[in-house]
Amino acid sequence: MTDVTMRVWRGDADGGDFRPYKISTEGGEVVLDVIHRIQAEQSGDLAVRWNCKAGKCGSCSAEINGKPRLMCMTKMSSFEEGQAITVAPMRTFPIIRDLVTDVSFNFEVAKRVPAFKPKPREADGTHRMAQIDVERGQEFRKCIECYLCQDVCHVIRDHEENKPQYAGPRFFLRYAELEMHPLDTNDRRTIVREQAGVGLCNITKCCTDVCPEHIKITDNAIIPLKERVVDRHYDPVAWLGRKIRRRS
Amino acid sequence: MATDAQTNMAAEIETHELDVLVIGAGGAGLRAAVEAHGRGVKTGVVCKSLLGKAHTVMAEGGMAAALRNVYPEDNWQVHFRDTMRGGKMLNNWRMAQIHAQEAPDRVNELEDWGALFDRTPDGRILQRDFGGHRYARLAHVGDRTGLELIRTLQQRSVARGVEVYMECTIFQLLTSDGKVSGALGYWRETGRFVLFKAKAIVIATGGSGRCFKITSNSWECTGDGHALALRAGADLMDMEFFQFHPTGMVWPLSVRGLLVTEGVRGDGGTLRNGTGHRFMFDYIPAMFQAETADTEEEADAWYDDHAGNRRTPDLLPRDEVARSINSEVKAGRGSPHGGVFLDIASRRSADYIRRRLPSMYHQFMELAGVDITKDPMEVAPTAHYMMGGIRVDADSTAATVPGLFAAGEAAAGLHGSNRLGGNSLSDLVVFGRRAGVAATEYAEGREGAVAVDGGDVAEACAQALSAFEREEGENPYTLHRELQEAMHSLVGIIRTQSEIDQAIDKIGELKERSGNISVEGNRAYNPGWNLTMDLVSMLTVSEAIARSALARRESRGGHTRDDFPGPDPGFGKINHVVRRADDGTISVTPEPLPEMPAELRALFDE
Repeated sequence: MTDVTMRVWRGDADGGDFRPYKISTEGGEVVLDVIHRIQAEQSGDLAVRWNCKAGKCGSCSAEINGKPRLMCMTKMSSFEEGQAITVAPMRTFPIIRDLVTDVSFNFEVAKRVPAFKPKPREADGTHRMAQIDVERGQEFRKCIECYLCQDVCHVIRDHEENKPQYAGPRFFLRYAELEMHPLDTNDRRTIVREQAGVGLCNITKCCTDVCPEHIKITDNAIIPLKERVVDRHYDPVAWLGRKIRRRS
Repeated sequence: MATDAQTNMAAEIETHELDVLVIGAGGAGLRAAVEAHGRGVKTGVVCKSLLGKAHTVMAEGGMAAALRNVYPEDNWQVHFRDTMRGGKMLNNWRMAQIHAQEAPDRVNELEDWGALFDRTPDGRILQRDFGGHRYARLAHVGDRTGLELIRTLQQRSVARGVEVYMECTIFQLLTSDGKVSGALGYWRETGRFVLFKAKAIVIATGGSGRCFKITSNSWECTGDGHALALRAGADLMDMEFFQFHPTGMVWPLSVRGLLVTEGVRGDGGTLRNGTGHRFMFDYIPAMFQAETADTEEEADAWYDDHAGNRRTPDLLPRDEVARSINSEVKAGRGSPHGGVFLDIASRRSADYIRRRLPSMYHQFMELAGVDITKDPMEVAPTAHYMMGGIRVDADSTAATVPGLFAAGEAAAGLHGSNRLGGNSLSDLVVFGRRAGVAATEYAEGREGAVAVDGGDVAEACAQALSAFEREEGENPYTLHRELQEAMHSLVGIIRTQSEIDQAIDKIGELKERSGNISVEGNRAYNPGWNLTMDLVSMLTVSEAIARSALARRESRGGHTRDDFPGPDPGFGKINHVVRRADDGTISVTPEPLPEMPAELRALFDE
């Protein structure tokens, strides 16, 4: 058992500040364990979201010493002895209380994604897909919707005004997954450009850095998505073709 | 009768009127909601967490369905037989039959909705081996199948415009004229009350693992649905049967109980005790002797050739494996931190392990600092799954209160005394869909306005807020810890009469003390208050578990009595039905199993 001082942000939409909690911690614990002990022993109303405590549900997102992370996957042993530890709510979303933020922005964006639309089944009643083809989408479907990528993305972190026209990295993953789905027949490229705002992303890879599932969001989803959108809209031959068709 | 003041209070509460209300947004709840909504009735789903966070995400290994993609010999009859034998024949045969017959369609349907399962070389859905299943039968996505299931259903719900009320906890069901009429809840964000008037309600609230100290379950799994249904007059059944998953993490302490998928063993991993011995060969029960390998050579050959060899005892049903691990540890042959070793590193290549078990690799690497491609894992049993639950009609999922339906872990019957791995995810979609169908039909056929008694609402609200009015009372976190410790040590994996008696006394004491809880702060997103509300459910469910465990004087499936170590044919013919009297006392009554038709009985004669 060692004693640590944890500085936890307490407050609501009207404001708040960091409050120090002196607490003991034992080997192998993660930040969420210590937050739970603060709840049980010192402050029963400390608000925090969590579910699985295993890095699988993406509920306990926060900013720990300024870095967007999952509390359940941040080991106490990763801090040096005596190092100050601060836990703050995600900054990109409005505060509800303490460490809990209003992430409804993400649920609104999700509603705007045109649904999966499969091609018909084969004559034998199956869908045939090669393992290598499903693996592209499977990487993106590992996403646990912790929204740390949304939190860190400066397009919305620093510019609230971009939110109405920007889906953010989590949903670029979703668009990329659907675009690369071997069975899907919907074409979402115009929406990705015009409503999801993929052009606003300038590939700083901050989202990839914070992804607890280690999904290569920028390289494997966003860049291919940008390329597809460009192919659709800026291919000079296709552009000429559209012009001619429109005239006739 | 409600007073004017009470009627006014009820009128002031935010109210939603629905045809079908689904409580719970895991696999069963979402599948029910998609179905009801698709059939054109006004449907809403309430869930305690955000959409997509339900405990279903934690399911790892896969969903069982006789798709026959890997073994064409498989069919619904074999799946049915495996399920019944896994449940030690206490299952509701009709549910087991429906489940085995309909699971393949439900898996295929998920694919039509966007799920990306792993593939066979010829491009069909791949299936993996799991405990108690004769053939490789589990459709899966690596070791994160639950996430795939929930995301697929979540995205389907969103695409179809199903109304979801997130971070909302239901704490009281309302009835009028003996029928379900609504549900009362509170929003976590504000603590304000909300009333749902509904013609039909589907309970899909999952399990109750938080009653135990070492559990794989999240904070949500507090048995709310069981307690709500019981208080509304519905029967519960089989509450003594609780599954301790054989392989939970044991070290470090903070992750004790975290699930390690059975897929590790399905994909070649084996259990060894502290001396390196493969001890499962020492624990093959008579019931499974004919089909279980008795040498390491045969067990290892089975992975590649199921026809020419018998299956490894590492993949016996979960109750058998959990008890065996428990015995090894008790006999002093455990691993350094009080478990046993689960070794796949010495048996499969690092590449294979990382591809087949990516989230296990990640989980051990990041939380325990163990590289499972190089070193064995340490595992021990963890409270995992409630086989018992709300007693339902097999075909319609109807509970014993009109208008109330239940599906998934919240319902009893399908799994009997022990669930096979992989049968839960298929349960969710098979019976989730059926609950959606039946609730819709009930709602459409229900005549007259749905009435809610203002007095009931006012009383429940006042009761809910009482913890704010007390000062210097009990700490809800302390009471929860004491309950978990009592349940774990006294009504856990091995039980005996004197200890169950002690547990019942302790639950009584905790019930008393819970009436004196005080919470700090206000109603907005207050976990202390939220836990106080959940404790009401956990205490009720714990009592139902303990009283049922006391009544079953035998050992069977997820119920092991030290004082009655063997199965008893008499108890093999009955389910325990739990009822609650108006004064709150909980009773347990034996009722005979429904009789299986001869053509199904014949499947067990071979």
